[in-house]
Amino acid sequence: MALTPVITEHWDDPELFTIDGYRRHGGYRALESAIHQDPDALIALVKDSGLRGRGGAGFPTGLKWSFVPQDGKPHYLVVNGDESEPGACKDIPIMLANPHSLVEGVIITSYAIRANHAFIYIRGEVPEAIRRVANAVREAREAGYIGKNILGSGFDLDVVVHAGAGAYICGEETALLDSLEGFRGQPRLKPPFPAVAGLYAAPTVINNVETICNIPYLVDRGVDWFRQFGTEKSPGFKVFAISGHVNRPGIYEAPLGITMRELLDYAGGMRDGREVKFWLPGGSSVPMLTADHLDLPLTYEDIAAAGSMLGTGTPMLFDDTVSVVKAVTRWLEFYKHESCGQCTPCREGTYFITGTLERFEEGHGTDREMDTLADLCGQISGRSFCALGDAAATPYPAAMKYFRDEFVAATSTPVDQQFDPAASYVFSGAIAR
Amino acid sequence: MTVTNNAGPGSDVEVRTDLITVVIDGVEMQVPKGTLVIRAAEQLGIEIPRFCDHPLLEPVAACRACLIEVEGMPKPQPACAQVLSDGMNVKTQYSSDVAREAQEGVMEFLLLNHPLDCPVCDKGGECPLQNQAMSVGRPDTRFDGAKREFEKPINVSAQILLDRERCVSCARCTRFADQIAGDPLIDLLARGAKQQVGTADDVPFDSYFSGNTVQICPVGALTSASYRFRSRPFDLVSVPTTCEHCASGCSLRTDYRRGVVARRLAWDDPEVNEEWNCDKGRYAFAYLAEGRIDSPMIRENGELRVASWPEAIAVAAQGLADAKGRAGVLVGGRSTVEDAYAYARFARTVLGTDDIDFRVRQTSDEETQFLASSVAGAPVTTTYDGLEGAPAVLLVSFEPEDESPIVFLRLRKAAKRGTAVVSVAPFASAGLTKMSGRLLPTRPGAEAAALRALPEDVRAQLGEDGAVIMVGERAAGSAGTLSAAVELAQQTGARLAWVPRRAGERGALDAGALAGLLPGGRPLEDAQARAQVAEAWGIEPGELPGGNGRSGQALLEAARDGVFDALLVGGVELADFPDPALATAAIDAAGFVVSLENHHSAVTQRADVVLPVAVVTEKSGTFIDWEGRPRPFSQVFRDALTMSDARVLSMIASAAGVTAPGDVRSLRAELGGLGPWSGGRFTAPAEASGEAPAGTVLASWRLLLDAGLMQEGNPHLAATARPTVAVVSKATAAALGETATVTGPAGSVTLPVVAADIADGVVWVPMNSPGCHIHADLGVVPGASVQLSAGGAA
Repeated sequence: MALTPVITEHWDDPELFTIDGYRRHGGYRALESAIHQDPDALIALVKDSGLRGRGGAGFPTGLKWSFVPQDGKPHYLVVNGDESEPGACKDIPIMLANPHSLVEGVIITSYAIRANHAFIYIRGEVPEAIRRVANAVREAREAGYIGKNILGSGFDLDVVVHAGAGAYICGEETALLDSLEGFRGQPRLKPPFPAVAGLYAAPTVINNVETICNIPYLVDRGVDWFRQFGTEKSPGFKVFAISGHVNRPGIYEAPLGITMRELLDYAGGMRDGREVKFWLPGGSSVPMLTADHLDLPLTYEDIAAAGSMLGTGTPMLFDDTVSVVKAVTRWLEFYKHESCGQCTPCREGTYFITGTLERFEEGHGTDREMDTLADLCGQISGRSFCALGDAAATPYPAAMKYFRDEFVAATSTPVDQQFDPAASYVFSGAIAR
Repeated sequence: MTVTNNAGPGSDVEVRTDLITVVIDGVEMQVPKGTLVIRAAEQLGIEIPRFCDHPLLEPVAACRACLIEVEGMPKPQPACAQVLSDGMNVKTQYSSDVAREAQEGVMEFLLLNHPLDCPVCDKGGECPLQNQAMSVGRPDTRFDGAKREFEKPINVSAQILLDRERCVSCARCTRFADQIAGDPLIDLLARGAKQQVGTADDVPFDSYFSGNTVQICPVGALTSASYRFRSRPFDLVSVPTTCEHCASGCSLRTDYRRGVVARRLAWDDPEVNEEWNCDKGRYAFAYLAEGRIDSPMIRENGELRVASWPEAIAVAAQGLADAKGRAGVLVGGRSTVEDAYAYARFARTVLGTDDIDFRVRQTSDEETQFLASSVAGAPVTTTYDGLEGAPAVLLVSFEPEDESPIVFLRLRKAAKRGTAVVSVAPFASAGLTKMSGRLLPTRPGAEAAALRALPEDVRAQLGEDGAVIMVGERAAGSAGTLSAAVELAQQTGARLAWVPRRAGERGALDAGALAGLLPGGRPLEDAQARAQVAEAWGIEPGELPGGNGRSGQALLEAARDGVFDALLVGGVELADFPDPALATAAIDAAGFVVSLENHHSAVTQRADVVLPVAVVTEKSGTFIDWEGRPRPFSQVFRDALTMSDARVLSMIASAAGVTAPGDVRSLRAELGGLGPWSGGRFTAPAEASGEAPAGTVLASWRLLLDAGLMQEGNPHLAATARPTVAVVSKATAAALGETATVTGPAGSVTLPVVAADIADGVVWVPMNSPGCHIHADLGVVPGASVQLSAGGAA
């Protein structure tokens, strides 16, 4: 299957991040047409396209927009640019290279849902992305795309770029809202859902950066064009960000339904001709798959059928130099560090699991603890307040499903004695042994 | 919605039409729409474990201890946040393995980082974590790693200590502080297992309600400096009591050990204090034990000497009987109804006088008339629930947070639900801000004029059904205010509530401890009233004195002028009178002074006979709160050797040849037997509006935590009091600099300046706080003209 650069089509233009560069490639053409259309027609267009949220959950975007009550009361668009998932690196490159596609998408979306205020919440650790998006918003305002009476349509919009303060949990949409309101970011009790009472208790649409970046192209080129890519249930294209032990890690935009094996070929195959040992389709929060799953089409439905999730669509591939025990331990350390502390299962469960896994890593695990770990994951999964807890309970059961032997080995032998850590470094060739 | 249905002859059955049918553990039940699973289960007697859940706090579903299974839902749901819907089938830990295992799992997690130091923890024995670990936890833990550690304890305030390692992050304390008290001075900090409760740097948790967090903490993480390491719960004896500090009428639980009060807790009374109380009610009880007068004393050759009870009673009776018809009675504002009734009866039957008052504060003839006409013996018309449902509440000369803190909590709750709180006051206090209240800025002295020129929208709000006007005791100091409040109530239909500060004032008024009034608001001059009371007291109506007795300022002036041969004085602090010098001169001028007291005071220093009396823990009795609701309480220390005021008065009466009941049961029976008064009443006052004086005018009220004598003995509580400052306008503050000197006829005080949105020419200082006692230090009352100058300059 061929690559289909859309959002990434002109990334080789070093001026793309400026408004002039963006307009050279047709930028803001979609806005100029959309702003004079019936907002409901735009919502219908997005519904018809079948576009699904690119943040991980894959919720139909047009449906989400249609939940906002159009009763004249204030409501908001919030863009989630708090990309923090281990392995996920797609929104930040988009915001760096093509920030105006995001801004244009924000304006069209705000117009469609009739929001006069939009907020772009960007991960605080990437000031470069914040600067580029803020610059794009400033340029768009100067060009009359943001502000009062945009392009003579009578539609007013203000866009605020907001920097996060360094918490993974703020990628959870309701924690993001709390953070945006100036509070400590912790997930909110649902219901009410953000579509009913979100930012400042007003109806709020929260979309991922990549989702919004799809909008200008979709509006400009139409549903039929969009639906020629992907499958019935997963239409369109996707910015796949491939990382790990591949020869050419990076961004590959392709139709949904492309297989991992095809993408791996584009990425130059595994380094040193090694084999794929395990891979994760979309961030550390989705269950791992193995070399047996490389021919699965990368769609929401096919990956789910295989027991994992497409997630953010940012595959991480690991070769046979990597200890599964070690990888799982690192992920759990991340979740322990990032647990917001609000609910007991996630706060205490990640503390318990991580400590136990660290003993396995040192070769001090026991058979009984293998069962305990499985139990503990069961005590978190579906019991925690938000999906972060569920995510933390994901890596171990999946690892046990395919690589139980490595945990058994870790009951007697330290992991570093089984796997030379230096060999697993991506730049291992550059390291003097 | 509720409709009344005649289900059968003579029986009114209430039928609710908004009920839904649900099943919990196989038991079908009907509950109102919107009911939470955990509340419905409680009604069935099914106890679902919980930590973060509290019926008066908004659900957070954070601790996950209450997970239950709901048929049709893929994941277990938190019972504390799951709203029941019609037909819902809920299975708790008693009928669902999923729920039981989920709860066991959460309990295991909760105990991971908990130190399990129950043997040395104050909460051990009454700890929800301990209890629920026993009821739903597994017998053993699988965790053998290192537990998280914190430095212990830290002071979140001088009064409240926090042992963070015990905390289970339920956020009850932080939610209480934010949602109920409106003092979000504690919050959760950091994240993951390092999450902890804390304060901002240098901003302690100095909330008037901070002690409630200790009580609702489901583990031993929060303790108070007063109780920490003092006792184990199972060594305590608990007695339900009523708070004696203010007129809010809180239901309390007093816990004692070996004859000493160990602690006091807010007790659950949904109609009054819900489950809360203030820190004064909770922690100010050291006075009960410390510095007590332990035996009767008689003055001999100018010195008090210890005397036996028979001797002291005989001397008191002789001196008082000799002064019959020329005696005055100062009851004090802290008596129980029964004691106040005994004073009222003693004055009229033994002393043959109507010169009696219970008010130890600024008073006025207008107030006397207002109390007699509109408050004394009046039925309960305004309640806490009435406040909660009121469309609007107008506050006049009344700062609820300082002067009746549970009224403040209820008004804050009401305001969050839409009640408009409007205050006639010199500036928007912190309390008014927390009630989202609207200020009608008023110079002290001009309150009546403000009420008579109320903005039309406020007047319209007061016209709505259920609106309330709450007028505080300080209104007595502003001419025309009480008259204007009565007028306003009549014009708008709003209910009028009078809120005194002290716990005993309303009861004393109803008991007839005020010149011109017999019990139940009966006018002393009314023939029918005289007949009723005389019959109850076993005398002829003609034996009752005439109803032209003196009260307030006139009573003190008469005493000073030598009108009285004897004074009978209850719990009275002379410095609390607006003119302490006059009060002192009044005591000095009386030929014979009998003081019934439990601590030495300026009165006992001058008394001829000092008779020690019981404090609240040593007697039973009744306070009447601002609503008019009786708040009876029983004796905590049943073997106390002290006697109540009423008992002592009964003994004196007996020695003087008059029979008077002295036990609570007889007093209650006699007072109850009189019943309510339905005859003629005094007319309401109709005084013209006063004016604020020219120049700088003083605004002032008593802070909740101040230099009050009943707060003595608890330095930790005192350290959480608000600082003693002078509040002035921003312009004035800029001119004054950092400190200001306020000068009155008796002297001056120099205080730090705080700028606020207050009119130029008005300065607020606390009435009786450390470093600022306006009656004694300045010789002024609120509404007086004072001089204001930059700090240091006189």
